[in-house]
Amino acid sequence: MNELVRRCIAGDNRAAARLITLLESQDRDAYAALYRLKDQAGRAQVIGITGPPGVGKSTLVDKLITQFRGRGLKVGVLAVDPSSPFSGGAILGDRLRMQSHATDTGVFIRSLATRGSLGGISKATHAAIRVLDAAGYDTVLVETVGVGQSEIDIVRVADTVVLVSVPGLGDDIQVIKAGIMEIGDIFVVNKADRDGADRVVRELRAMLAMQVQLRQGQAPLSGPDTLAARDPDFMHHAGLEPGLSTGEAQESSVPPVLKTIAETGAGVPELADAIVFHFERLKKTGALEYKRLESIRYQLSQFVFDEITHLLSLSELSKVRDDLAQKVFSRKLDVYSAGMALFHSIPEQGATHEHPQT
Amino acid sequence: MEVIYTGLRQTPEQIVSAAIQEDVDVVALSILSGAHNHLFPRVVELLKERGADDMLVFGGGVIPEEDIPFLKSKGIAEIFGPGTPTSKTVDFIRANIKRPLN
Repeated sequence: MNELVRRCIAGDNRAAARLITLLESQDRDAYAALYRLKDQAGRAQVIGITGPPGVGKSTLVDKLITQFRGRGLKVGVLAVDPSSPFSGGAILGDRLRMQSHATDTGVFIRSLATRGSLGGISKATHAAIRVLDAAGYDTVLVETVGVGQSEIDIVRVADTVVLVSVPGLGDDIQVIKAGIMEIGDIFVVNKADRDGADRVVRELRAMLAMQVQLRQGQAPLSGPDTLAARDPDFMHHAGLEPGLSTGEAQESSVPPVLKTIAETGAGVPELADAIVFHFERLKKTGALEYKRLESIRYQLSQFVFDEITHLLSLSELSKVRDDLAQKVFSRKLDVYSAGMALFHSIPEQGATHEHPQT
Repeated sequence: MEVIYTGLRQTPEQIVSAAIQEDVDVVALSILSGAHNHLFPRVVELLKERGADDMLVFGGGVIPEEDIPFLKSKGIAEIFGPGTPTSKTVDFIRANIKRPLN
């Protein structure tokens, strides 16, 4: 494992690929490898590319690779596609549109299947980002599965989220569904040569302006402990940041809406500029640290959640669960008390469980 | 099983890069152009060069019977002709994979 880590840091793609596979299969030794990668991590800009199926995310990623390569950056790509909930298998086709970069040694493309995760990325995505980061990739593009209405885990792993849309997706209300609009740092209307592109741009801009106004309106109401007050990005949005006038802050805090035609590459240089600019701004305002810390908090919670799920699958605890289930079924207990009893039996049963070494 | 589809008309170099980045267990090649005697062995050769000879390589497509012994001698584990049932290919993969399944 040490050898693998050393080769990975030295930029050996085969070693990086192997590490990602081991992390995907939740190999405990590979988790230990993450510890050795920690000093090399945190340099890359992680960019999430998300949006409904068929909007051209893969083609856009292909063209963004070209842009970043042209700027002398090494580019890693993680393309996530769904696993079948029935067979557990997956057909991963995102790479198909990026194969022109296959022999470029400054580009590493890896397909990841969701393997049961519902948040639009796979469980191993975060670890895979760390591997590519440590292997010296300056930019890591994460292409999510098509966003429906709840697949928003990408905000937990990306520094910059690009939300891709196209004209003619139907009802305007689809765009403004709660939770989807909020995740974008940059908005793209792709296939902009189609009818209605300008209208989608106008609607998006109107919605975004309204969001910013709303946040500003809330500012005086937030106490020191509210999430909003702790969020430097919010402070920035609210024009509370020292050194920027309210007008400037307001202007720069409305996420940009850009038009692209990924097929021809039109508008992609401007998109790459906006992505770089967003990262620079995150660094300058301190929002990057906040974002990453928030993401780590989330990962820690997620880790514990996964460990508990794993413990519950072990025989001792699943037996406790099954016994309690019987009691609920025969009306000796209710679900809440049985659940609490199960929860409290976890430390006892979990103590004998082998923990990953760090 | 997870299948990564890389599309049509890939060069051996592109195929090998993709196989390495994806860290696959199996490389399945399909060819209809008639250039199999050149392209298939080239893939095996490049994989070996890059230290990835633990990947199982097999092929399919329109390949004349008389070419099969040559291809096998070059490290192509098996050739499946038109009409091969999927189950046969799946069984072959299970039986011949070089890295242990987890």
